[in-house]
Amino acid sequence: MTSTADLHLWPLWLLPVVPFAGFVANGLIGRRLPKPVVSAIALIATLIPFLQVTNIWLHFKSIPVPYVENIGTWIWTGAFHADFAFQLDQLTMIMLLVVTGVGFLIHIYSVGYMAHEEGYWRFFAYLNLFMFFMLTLVLAENFLLMFVGWEGVGLASYLLIGFYYLKDSAAKAGKKAFVVNRIGDFGFLLAMFLLVAHFGTLSFSGVFAQVTQHPEWQGGFLTAIALFLVLGATGKSAQIPLYVWLPDAMEGPTPVSALIHAATMVTAGVYMIARTHVIFDRSPFTLGVVAIIGAATAFFAATIGLVQTDIKRVLAYSTVSQLGYMFLACGVASYASGIFHLVTHAFFKGLLFLAAGSVIHALGGEQDMRVMGGLRTKIPITFWTMTAAVFAISGLPPFAGFFSKDEILYQAFLSPNGGKILWFIGLVTAFLTAFYMFRLWYLTFFGQSRAADTHQLEQHGAAVHARADSTLVMEAEAEPDHGHGHGHAQGVHESPRIMLGPLVILGILSVIGGWIGVPAAMHGHNEIASFLAPIFGGEGAEGSNQLALTLAVVSTLTALAGWFTAHVFYYAKPELPAKLAQQLRFVYLLLLNKYKVDELYGVAVVGPLLLISRYLLKGLIDTGVVEGTAYAAGYTAQGFGALVARIQSGNIRSYAGWLSLGAAVLLIVTYFGLTAHLSLR
Amino acid sequence: MVVPIYYYLILSAILFSIGVAAFLIKRNIITVFMSIELMLNAVNLTFVAFAHHWHQVSGQIFVFFVMVVAAAEAAVGLAIIIAVFRTRNTLNVDAVDLMKL
Repeated sequence: MTSTADLHLWPLWLLPVVPFAGFVANGLIGRRLPKPVVSAIALIATLIPFLQVTNIWLHFKSIPVPYVENIGTWIWTGAFHADFAFQLDQLTMIMLLVVTGVGFLIHIYSVGYMAHEEGYWRFFAYLNLFMFFMLTLVLAENFLLMFVGWEGVGLASYLLIGFYYLKDSAAKAGKKAFVVNRIGDFGFLLAMFLLVAHFGTLSFSGVFAQVTQHPEWQGGFLTAIALFLVLGATGKSAQIPLYVWLPDAMEGPTPVSALIHAATMVTAGVYMIARTHVIFDRSPFTLGVVAIIGAATAFFAATIGLVQTDIKRVLAYSTVSQLGYMFLACGVASYASGIFHLVTHAFFKGLLFLAAGSVIHALGGEQDMRVMGGLRTKIPITFWTMTAAVFAISGLPPFAGFFSKDEILYQAFLSPNGGKILWFIGLVTAFLTAFYMFRLWYLTFFGQSRAADTHQLEQHGAAVHARADSTLVMEAEAEPDHGHGHGHAQGVHESPRIMLGPLVILGILSVIGGWIGVPAAMHGHNEIASFLAPIFGGEGAEGSNQLALTLAVVSTLTALAGWFTAHVFYYAKPELPAKLAQQLRFVYLLLLNKYKVDELYGVAVVGPLLLISRYLLKGLIDTGVVEGTAYAAGYTAQGFGALVARIQSGNIRSYAGWLSLGAAVLLIVTYFGLTAHLSLR
Repeated sequence: MVVPIYYYLILSAILFSIGVAAFLIKRNIITVFMSIELMLNAVNLTFVAFAHHWHQVSGQIFVFFVMVVAAAEAAVGLAIIIAVFRTRNTLNVDAVDLMKL
């Protein structure tokens, strides 16, 4: 058997360990190092894994997959056994390319974006820590090691969301992300317990081999395991009902939003479902749940995205919505198209965030789209790269998003159970996606700069925007200045080259990234699907080429319709949105307030939890029972002691009195023969 | 004429009771001390009476021990009383109550 050593490849464990070394170096002594050294360490610590992955990719054909590298035993107790084992197969390969590739680009971008920030070293240390855990998650060969990565990326996410920890909203957003993710992780844990109980192992190969050997296992405990895994996935991948943390996570620096909250970490849930598809395939019910969650989230988040005014929040809801598409793909058992969309999404959504960061950078920290506008000529490179990303996410051919989204919609259409409905929801979402992305595009880059009308605008919708505005103003004030003291109307400037480089590369990928999955109907070979076929098996249903082409045309027309609507609303007749908002005031307010889901959770979950904690658990159990017992014991001893202490008065005659009393009692007892009774007892 | 034993015992009980009462009532340390001697000797009386009654010599020997201990006690006790009087200028037992909580 050949091993990586024979092929002159480095061992797999180096992939996560190198970024970890970067984290340790920057984390321990980064504070005392000059900024160029810090960024050099961080970049090298991500460049090495990227080069290694590229090298593996070039030799991939000669590696016997799945290739498992066992470093050593981790846990060995009785019948249960878990190893530090890494695995390389087609799915891992694709994830590795995305994580290290996009990760490295975003590291480069961060060098420029964070150049003037406090805690530069801290930022890069966390970023490398994230790479370490993400690579562990992707490479893990068993559920337990995957869980380590899973928790670790959550930690890195928490640390980076709360990077501006002096800002209250950022600290709260970090906490929220962490707590909401805990709920999902709870599901993952329960799934692992069930796996151990039923299979006695957590190794992927072990579990999947047993499932494959028993074709009679359908549903039942596999459904339970799968449902718990889905709960874990909804937490990490921000799906209904646990999506609420992702929009708030935008408090973190923009490169973080791009890397963790768009391109890589949030796709971990999709990766996990794809990785454990053997279990999911045996539980059609769970697949249905996944599909419904995906479709509902895609639509729901897209509608919220329609009216948001913060550029990063639009992108955040867009991410939630696109992750919904990936779930939808998994739910109709078309894992390859889900992974395909994951890849293209990593390109264009990473790019959208980086470009948005470039816009924010150019405007000196401004995030409100209502005061942007007319930036097309001022920051042309950002504009063109963002245009590529907008076209890609809207699903216009031949950009990347078109092929992956089209594949998902096609597979959903062919799905036997309610596929047409899922397809239709996906199609409507595609329209909404095109609309809000072009809305962002027009508001940011076209028309006149609205920086001067800020005040007027705020008065215009005072009642409506009161809440949103107060947060925005606070954010604007708290947003650390990027070292440019100017107001944004005057000194708008293009970002430095170190930021533009990643933008251009991702821009190119957003254009051509989809070509790896051109379907047969368009005379392509769908390379990604055939590449992943050894893992997922052949793609399920096959329709006719004609149907595929028809659906492609329909979705293209839908995207164009979305573009056209946005064009009318935000370019041709800019007064129209306000009018419509007046007419459909209820709907508008509902969307602007994000369906009040946060408030609903606050009333339904957080409030009761706080009440129970504060009064029942703290008031009754903790203060009453636990503290009460301790106090009672203490006070009893103290009181009894105080009573007995009076005997020692220091008065000799009272001692004498007690002595004679005692003697008298003894005498009486003896005399009346009571001792006899006592001793008889 | 043989005196019945209970005469001695009653006398002894009376002496002992007087001792206890004086011990409890009197405030002068020397008087208290004397009442202790009284109690000791009341007990001695019962020892001697029983020794005579049962024709056993051990009771008599006990008395000697008691007298030896009482003598030693008197020596130490008086030394303490003198020391107390030198420092506090009083022999009132109620005034000597430093040993309290």
